[in-house]
Amino acid sequence: MEQLLSVLIGILVATSVYLMLARNLLRFLFGLILLSNAANLTIFVAGRLTPGAPPLIPDGADAPLGLVANALPQALVLTAIVIGFGLFAFALILAFRAYQSLGTLNTDDMRVAEPKESTE
Amino acid sequence: MNSIILVAGARLQVVLLLVFSAYMMLRGHNAPGGGFIGGLIAATGFVVYAIACGTSDARKALRFDPANIAGVGLGIALLAGVIAVFWGDALFTGQWLFIGATEDSKGIPLSTVLVFDIGVYLVVLGAILSITFALEEAV
Amino acid sequence: MSWYLTLPLVIPFAASIIAFLLRDNAMGRWVSIMGSGLGLAASIVLMVVVLEQGVIAGQMGNWPAPFGITLVADLLSAVMVLITAITGFAVAIYALGDITERQERLGYHALFQILLAGVTGAFLTGDLFNLYVWFEVMLIASFGLLILNGGKEQIDGGVKYVALNLISTILFLTGIGLLYGMTGTLNFADLALKVNEVENQGLLTVVAMMFMVAFGVKAAVFPLFFWLPAAYHTPSFSVSAVFAGLLTKVGVYALIRMFTMVFDHDIGFTHTVLLWVACFTMVIGVLGAAAQSDFRKILSFHIISQIGYMVLGLALMTPLALVGAVFYLVHHIIVKANLFLIAGIAKRLTGGTDVYKIGGLYKSAPLLAILFLIPAFSLAGFPPLSGFWAKYIIVKATLDLELWFVAFIALAVGLMTIYSMTKIWAEAFWKPHPEGIEPALKTLPHKAAQIIPVAGLAVLTIIIGLSPEPFVIFAERTTAQLLDPTAYITTVLGETK
Repeated sequence: MEQLLSVLIGILVATSVYLMLARNLLRFLFGLILLSNAANLTIFVAGRLTPGAPPLIPDGADAPLGLVANALPQALVLTAIVIGFGLFAFALILAFRAYQSLGTLNTDDMRVAEPKESTE
Repeated sequence: MNSIILVAGARLQVVLLLVFSAYMMLRGHNAPGGGFIGGLIAATGFVVYAIACGTSDARKALRFDPANIAGVGLGIALLAGVIAVFWGDALFTGQWLFIGATEDSKGIPLSTVLVFDIGVYLVVLGAILSITFALEEAV
Repeated sequence: MSWYLTLPLVIPFAASIIAFLLRDNAMGRWVSIMGSGLGLAASIVLMVVVLEQGVIAGQMGNWPAPFGITLVADLLSAVMVLITAITGFAVAIYALGDITERQERLGYHALFQILLAGVTGAFLTGDLFNLYVWFEVMLIASFGLLILNGGKEQIDGGVKYVALNLISTILFLTGIGLLYGMTGTLNFADLALKVNEVENQGLLTVVAMMFMVAFGVKAAVFPLFFWLPAAYHTPSFSVSAVFAGLLTKVGVYALIRMFTMVFDHDIGFTHTVLLWVACFTMVIGVLGAAAQSDFRKILSFHIISQIGYMVLGLALMTPLALVGAVFYLVHHIIVKANLFLIAGIAKRLTGGTDVYKIGGLYKSAPLLAILFLIPAFSLAGFPPLSGFWAKYIIVKATLDLELWFVAFIALAVGLMTIYSMTKIWAEAFWKPHPEGIEPALKTLPHKAAQIIPVAGLAVLTIIIGLSPEPFVIFAERTTAQLLDPTAYITTVLGETK
């Protein structure tokens, strides 16, 4: 299972790099989303895939009974997903605003803050 | 959107989803659930309502500015964490109050953890609604 | 857990919530100033406590390290928190005369306080994943501040800033995942012990490089700095001052923390890379500045070249070099934030930031000219100001290692810095204004709110410059803690045993 997921992470990263090399800002953002999913999967796989029950401790016990899943990577991934969600919501709205005010999504044409030197 | 079915259904759905979200939040201490998920479910209710009846109606139904809801929620969550200091514990240590506790039953357990969850609930509800309302109004 | 460890974090958070709820009210700005003032007081207390008791640590929610969320303050953290609070307080006052009512209504003060909380949290946290979380807190607040009420230019700069910082964030996250997979822990203190047990040390170096790239983007080192000059000249002056002072330095702090405490297994490779990065950063930054004519763009490129000095201090990894890096960090935050604040006053007096199109400030506003000269000379490294000692220590450290070429670069870059500062001085201050405007400081609205923070930071620069000894001794103690993290580790992990 680990190998399979590693291959999946590889495919995700490759796809996202391809998308991020595009000049279109929206494609870049889609690539970024894929890359962040790849990162989340990496954490998940790095925490070892431990099949088992959810790590809940029954009433009266001090430790979970039997084999349970590693909760820490899940907590980390959940946090990362939530943060990623916030960041991408912001980034998408920013791309939308950029399209409205700059009239383009081509990153090569975004030169307002750094105008080309005039060659007179 | 001018669909009578959707409008009529949405009103019912908001109520159901709000009740369900409260259930999810309270359930969260010992089972899957919690403030985050509860907040998301509640936000879904209002988002459906906004799609059916428009954002201005949804804002009216919500009564408060969603951004303010999120701000208050953050304040509640922070307060729930800071309160532990008054009992001499570390920040964000859970403080428990067992109402009607006897030898063999714990009574009704109340904790700062629940207060924190309510704060999270409000933050998620407010934040999601601010984003979706703003987007729906802009597009 | 001791309250003095948490107060510097809780105060800006509380201030931000109150300021957010009062965003339609004029009270919001006073909440922000009050919050920054209280935060400053709290961080002074933290500094005093750390000086007296050594490293202090606290576990959030009483979950023991390395499982819980740990807050740690050693001398480096404490001094960074203190400098953050000083800068935050100065900028909060300055904002009275700089931030428009519309920006206030959009939540400027709340975002500003969240930014301070994020930066403080990044300095105080004791584990890697929370460093990531605080980075994100800081990042999302900075996104908001950058494009707040923005015109085309701000949106344009914002896109590049957001895009490149998001990539670094994801790299950081991947690095965290891999490091956790190898060591099973993310607590700094625990990591420092566990990395030695990792069987495949080569893989560890790979992960170290991943962190170097991720933090390198945040710190704006060569060749990862391109977001900085694209964005830092676009927002309000208060915003760019606090960005210039603090944000890149969080990256440098993270580099110093990780590459002294955790990744010290293969110094021959990682720190050689850092050495080259530092040299290129210094040179490219200063050359970029020479080509610019906008007040803030010149200063932005100088941030990059100065980051090079700090990374150089880390790369050499001798005690003296690290002393230089720590000293440089402290000096640089004060000076750079101050220069951006002065750029704001100059813009309001003369109506522009392109130095070729403004002028006459020396004649009409001599006080401002003097206040500019202090941080500018300090940045260039003139004795007896703070920058001289910072550069002196770093160059001395390179000479001790007989790296003549690196020392030559460091000195040459200092010389080039003088060139840029002279350009600003000659064009903006000395020559008459091309349109004949003679702007006097008297005409400035909210004059006191703008001059007092600038003057205060300038006085700090002079104090550090005139009596560097206590600061150098302090930096030596900080470095001793960094190079021998035993106290740090036992304080964090020992509480549980």
